[in-house]
Formats: sequence, structure tokens, C-alpha cells
Amino acid sequence: MEKLDDQYYQLLNDLQTLDFVLFELDLYLDTHPDDLQSIKEYNQFAQKRKQVAGQFEHLYGPLLHGGQSYSHHPWSWVEAPWPWQV
Amino acid sequence: MWVYEKKLQYPVRVSKCDPGMAKFLIEQYGGADGELAAALRYLNQRYTIPDKVIGLLTDIGTEEFAHLEMIATMVYKLTKDATVEQLKEAGLGAHYVNHDHALFYNNAAGAAFTATYIQAKGDAIIR
Repeated sequence: MEKLDDQYYQLLNDLQTLDFVLFELDLYLDTHPDDLQSIKEYNQFAQKRKQVAGQFEHLYGPLLHGGQSYSHHPWSWVEAPWPWQV
Repeated sequence: MWVYEKKLQYPVRVSKCDPGMAKFLIEQYGGADGELAAALRYLNQRYTIPDKVIGLLTDIGTEEFAHLEMIATMVYKLTKDATVEQLKEAGLGAHYVNHDHALFYNNAAGAAFTATYIQAKGDAIIR
């Protein structure tokens, strides 16, 4: 694990920004399931989110476990610092 | 089931040691209207709420746990370097005796979290 650089915080911030949009759309769509325009926006942001998350994981290790991210050797999950340590 | 994502929901930047602030913030961690209470309240109520809003309560309840982790991060960072003297001055002397530097689910006055903070009704909307 390399030392965390500025790009770590930048990518993390991008991810958190996208998640903010997606969470709000999640909640809105839960009670407005027929809003096609919002669903289109949701899917666009979901695609963008997948790209940024992939880039983040490639550089700084897995965001998810339970088989949802791959690991190198040694075990990646416990390698990068935890959210309250950065 | 739930899946943990190894990041905070929103950035938390804490650059100083301030146990006095942590003592106030702990209300939002283990207090009556804190994030733990909110998460448990939403996720328990969803089983008997009308189908139309189960998705909403599931998503909000889950998000409350992300908020809980943000509050925990703030409290942890505000207290991790505090000396025993600093904790005592901040009114956290008794907390230190009980828990050392650990976080605990209690309110700002030090009262432990309790299920009596949670209310539940079969259909909370029509009541």
C-alpha cells in the first residue's frame, strides 16, 4: 500500500459527491417509481459511479468485500487505512 | 443483509484534539435522537409499514448507519490524542474510568443507550 496522496482525497471526494446524488435519487425514486427522467439520471450517475469506484479501488484497494472486489496477495481488505484513520 | 463500504458517506476533517466538543457530539451517537436510535427505529418499523414505503425506510435506515460512522469518526479523532487530564477537564473523567479511549453508546450526560428511545407501531402512518 502506497502512502495516501492528494489523489486519494480527490477521488474519494468525487465518489462521495456521486454517492450524494445517487442516495438522494434513491430516496426520491422509492416514493416516485414512475419518474422516467429521474431513473435515466439515476442510471447515468450509476455508470459514472462504477467508473470512479473502479479507479479508486485500482489505486487504493477494495471498497467492498464479500466477493464484490478482487484481492491481491497479501489480503487487500485490511491493507488500506480505515475511514476514521484518514 | 448488509454490505460494508470502506469509506465515509461524506468527508470528515478533524484537525484538533477537543474532548469537550466530543462530549457534546456523543449525544448524536448514543442519545435518544442520535443516529443509532434512528437506524434501529427505521429498520425495525419497516417490517409492518405499508409496502409502498418499505423501500424508503430500508434506505433511510441504512443511511443512518453511515451517519453513525461519521459521528464516530469525529468523536474518535477529537479524543484519540487527549490526555487523561484533558478528558477530566472536559467532563469525561468518568468515561475514561469506564471505557478508556473507547467510544460508547451513551448520551452527552453519560446515560447509556436504551431501547426505550425506540417507538414502533404496526402501521406508523395511520396512527
